[in-house]
Amino acid sequence: MVNITIKGLKFGYNGSRILDGLDLVIDDSEVLGLVGPNGSGKTTLIKCIDQILKPRGCILLDGIDMASIGRKEIARRLGYVPQSSSTPLATTVFDTVLMGRRPHINWHVSDNDIEKVSETLELLDLQDLAMRDFSQLSGGQKQKVLVARALCQEPEVLLLDEPTSNLDMRHQLEVMEMVSHLVKEKKISAVMALHDLNLAAMFVDKLAILKGGKIYRAGCPADLLNAENIREVYGVEALVMNDLDRPYIIPLRSIQKR
Amino acid sequence: MTSHDVQGADARQRESYKHGRPKEEYQKFLGKKMLFFLIIILAVILLAGLAVTFGSANLSVKDVYAAILAKFLPGYFQTTHFADTIVWGLRLERILMGIVAGMGLSVAGAAMQGILKNPLASEFTLGISSAACFGAALAIVMGAGFVGGEYLVIGNSFIFTLIASFAVYGLAKYKGITPETMILAGIAIMYLFSAMTSFLQYVGHAEQVQEVVFWMMGSLGKATWEKLAIITGVLAICLPYLILKSWDINAIGAGDETAKSLGVDVERTRVISMILGALITASIICFTGTIGFIGLVAPHITRMVIGGDHRFLLPGSALVGALLLLGADTLARTILAPVILPVGIMTSFLGVPFFVYLFMRRRKEFW
Repeated sequence: MVNITIKGLKFGYNGSRILDGLDLVIDDSEVLGLVGPNGSGKTTLIKCIDQILKPRGCILLDGIDMASIGRKEIARRLGYVPQSSSTPLATTVFDTVLMGRRPHINWHVSDNDIEKVSETLELLDLQDLAMRDFSQLSGGQKQKVLVARALCQEPEVLLLDEPTSNLDMRHQLEVMEMVSHLVKEKKISAVMALHDLNLAAMFVDKLAILKGGKIYRAGCPADLLNAENIREVYGVEALVMNDLDRPYIIPLRSIQKR
Repeated sequence: MTSHDVQGADARQRESYKHGRPKEEYQKFLGKKMLFFLIIILAVILLAGLAVTFGSANLSVKDVYAAILAKFLPGYFQTTHFADTIVWGLRLERILMGIVAGMGLSVAGAAMQGILKNPLASEFTLGISSAACFGAALAIVMGAGFVGGEYLVIGNSFIFTLIASFAVYGLAKYKGITPETMILAGIAIMYLFSAMTSFLQYVGHAEQVQEVVFWMMGSLGKATWEKLAIITGVLAICLPYLILKSWDINAIGAGDETAKSLGVDVERTRVISMILGALITASIICFTGTIGFIGLVAPHITRMVIGGDHRFLLPGSALVGALLLLGADTLARTILAPVILPVGIMTSFLGVPFFVYLFMRRRKEFW
């Protein structure tokens, strides 16, 4: 089972600090949700974990400093799903997903690679879209294809950057159910940045709340999603109902800062 | 399960029968790509044979192929001294120059469009062509250059092309190498060299200006075996490298962050591909003058037919570029014979209608 230990992570853009000494441990086959207000560093954290950004501080992958691990090796172990993907040039869905095999191949695509892509498309119910142009898909379909591409990397950890943004209610649920199912079936971990606290309450096993570039609280969603934490982190007055077997959040009003 | 559910499942089952397994569909698509390659290769071979026959000496296509094959297999094919002289001594250099230059310009265009994620990336928008023009104009008007003698114009345009490429790289590096900074730096360099060329034309004599203008229109008329060997050598090194890097270029097309997450060293790939693209272009246009349009449009035409996978797009563009430039030059030689038009004019006349036709017929979004 993979272990990612983050210690004192710092990162900033143009002088403004986004991550400010963040500590976190990811060590279970489960879905970890990163929540927090805009600018709290969720997306930056995901990009730092995947070494797309080069932060200061330390990220250990199974005890080895990730800065010393080659790009290809990281790509074999971590699969990144961006919030949206710029349109690849006249590329079919099959070719887009085949790109996920890049860390495992030099140039030649083997039958095994093609079979893996085919299986992944079938697993995510995308087989009928295989030869469609990626740019012509709907938002929900694109998101599924991006998850399929990351799965083809055969990663131990899926890193998803707001996978439900820009999706309607049904597609939000579909994508979250899919990730949840994949984590269990393939025994991998998923780390996802999320905005919707109710989706987080429904689907994540563990929650990390970010505030000011640090982890404010981490733990079980049922323990963390309460009115006090939401007021403190988001500056929002909210009603948290526990009638279901999970918290359900109804935002009431924003608290004006004076 | 309700009857409604059963009907829905049946409908989905019927729908899935319309398509084979993704693997089979993909292999079928690969077959189509191979067929496209085969057709273009045959078309280039046929057109090359036909193109050699055009001209004042009356040779048939059969005579031409016999003269070509007799060189390699003298025991099996016979030719006349006259046919041998016309084919090997006069026409084949120009025909092969058209093929090789078309291949090179298209491959450079396809690579630049891919790594810069920009459909307008070409030797023009990156300032390479206008630098070559300035180098040539400097040699023609001022007689000044880095090398002397018969290589003055050629050497100058080659060296200024490389200077422009490094200037674009330097400017982009200063601001952070992204597709946008490279294109913007390229456009700045293009305007700078264009202005300097205009200045040289302003101060030059009428004959010099005419020579500069003629150079800027591009021509395959000065092809020699020596020049052909140089371009082929450059292409033989650069094309395999670019094809080898096609997975990385594909990944960069999906965004720099995605490419990094797939294990690609984005900046290194972008810089090396840019340098190789510039080297290919420089080695061609220093001999031919600027030939526009091929580097921009051949990759687009290829992409519309076989898609954007650079493993196939790069060699496919090379073949389409060869066909386009050879076709354009053949027409330029014959349409107003004995007057030979500059090939740069013909490439646009031929390519634009075909490109517009494909663009209108296929309503797909390509970029």
